[in-house]
Amino acid sequence: MSPPEIKEAILDILESIAPDEDVTNVKDDVPLREQLELDSMDFLDIVMELRKRYRVQIPEDDYVQLATINSTVEYLAPLMKDLQKA
Amino acid sequence: MPKDFLQGARDHYDCIVIGSGLAGLTAANTLARTGQSVLLLEQHYKLGGMATWFKRPGGHIFDISLHGFPVGMIKSCRRYWTQEIADSIVQLKNIRFDNPMFSLTTTFNREDFTRLLVEKFQVSAERVQAFFDTARGMNFYDDQSTTAGELFERFFPGREDIIRLLMEPITYANGSTLEDPAISYGIVFSNFMSKGVFTFEGGTDRLIHLMHEELLRSGVDVRIKCDVQRILVNRGRVAGVQVNGRTIGARAVISNANLKSTVLKMIGPEHFDRSFLDEAEAVRLNNSSCQVYMALRPGEMLDESLGDLLFSSTAPLFRTDLLLSRDVTSRTYSFYYPRTRPGSDRCLVVSSTNARYEDWAGLSDEAYEDSKRDLVESTLEALGRYIPDIRQKLDHAEASTPRTFRHYTRHLQGASFGTKFEGLAVSRALPEQIAGLYHAGSVGIIMSGWLGAMNYGVIVANDVDSWLMKSNRQTPLATAT
Repeated sequence: MSPPEIKEAILDILESIAPDEDVTNVKDDVPLREQLELDSMDFLDIVMELRKRYRVQIPEDDYVQLATINSTVEYLAPLMKDLQKA
Repeated sequence: MPKDFLQGARDHYDCIVIGSGLAGLTAANTLARTGQSVLLLEQHYKLGGMATWFKRPGGHIFDISLHGFPVGMIKSCRRYWTQEIADSIVQLKNIRFDNPMFSLTTTFNREDFTRLLVEKFQVSAERVQAFFDTARGMNFYDDQSTTAGELFERFFPGREDIIRLLMEPITYANGSTLEDPAISYGIVFSNFMSKGVFTFEGGTDRLIHLMHEELLRSGVDVRIKCDVQRILVNRGRVAGVQVNGRTIGARAVISNANLKSTVLKMIGPEHFDRSFLDEAEAVRLNNSSCQVYMALRPGEMLDESLGDLLFSSTAPLFRTDLLLSRDVTSRTYSFYYPRTRPGSDRCLVVSSTNARYEDWAGLSDEAYEDSKRDLVESTLEALGRYIPDIRQKLDHAEASTPRTFRHYTRHLQGASFGTKFEGLAVSRALPEQIAGLYHAGSVGIIMSGWLGAMNYGVIVANDVDSWLMKSNRQTPLATAT
């Protein structure tokens, strides 16, 4: 998957996790927590969804990498580059 | 021949969950949804653990632990259960305090607590905001040496009335005390006392029924009356369980049983490091409870101005050790109106007090029955202050004690709020001791109550899912021995 495809995948997951929020206007370089009402359970859900959908494992110590869309895509790019778009 | 409650069960699952409290139920459902095969084993004949209820002749249904939970339950139920379950959560808007220091009613959210503290307790708005912000900003990795008592002293020095207002509901909800770490208070407080108190419309029986249906839809193999005797360990890895005389293999086991019983009884000390065992043995259990359940005659109504929850006390000061004493001065009443169970014509009252197991454990059967009768009588007398004709309206009353909790949940010492703070670290460290072994349940105060237990079930399910995926890769042919 290419970085834009990974971004799309993340937004798709965010949309399923926070159905009451509009994720289309989320800024790529601003922490997600500052833009959406997300708590630590929401980030756990992102991790679980990534594993379920793409079999990507994210160790707990790396959860901090999921702060912004940009940092998430950057972190996931090497892990997901060989995957086909779901 | 006795009924075989494991009839048709397979010989091997990806994961076995022991215990169907809210943590066990939610872990099982979450794991099954990720595609793992899950066997859920409950020793009792009902699912739910402490999230339970009982029925009495005349059509009375009593909830044991449905007293109010934070708003976060809506999101967790929607995500880890169903929209229907989430949609049944409604707010309780009349929360009352009545004690020698103050009497007031609140909607139990940040705005209203701020209003009360400023107007009634004469604290500056800035100070209140600073306290809320500090409590909200606390997280698990912060300093653990500050106690809740010291936190209050910092913001509201000498104000025992304010401590009472801010602490009593939390003590009631999870057994914590002023001596517990401030961070556990802060985390629970900012969850619990910022956006109101909520309940489940239709009662605990409806909630557990809906959860059971969803578990089956998710593909969980659900079994009641299955008492796990041993968790089997082979060369440092979990291998399965012994249950009702059968051995069933699993690559992972989640125990939703009491943390100490899991380590010391179901697995056995020989499988752990000495230092881990020392830590596990040193974990303090939280206290237990006494409850008195009172049902009014069909059609007898209570005035809703009584409130939904009433924190009542005749003690001049707030002392957490006094709350545990058998010389009861503080009671929390949950008032249930027919709207709690739409279609019902019943009003019920459940009075709860925190209690110590040791005060009840040693009584002879006769003394025990006498003490329970006393408890009912003294509670009716105390309740008379709010409902003068309670005895005329009453149809049924009975009491439960720490011994009752011990009997039904098999928790050591009848603990009804899990463990103290240190239990969380021990619970989390289990898989480092035995690969594939996990614990989820009320530990460390933070992970307690309905919401805490449910979310902890999800956290652990995530760990197990991750471990199953990894161990699958490493040993594709791993089977139980």
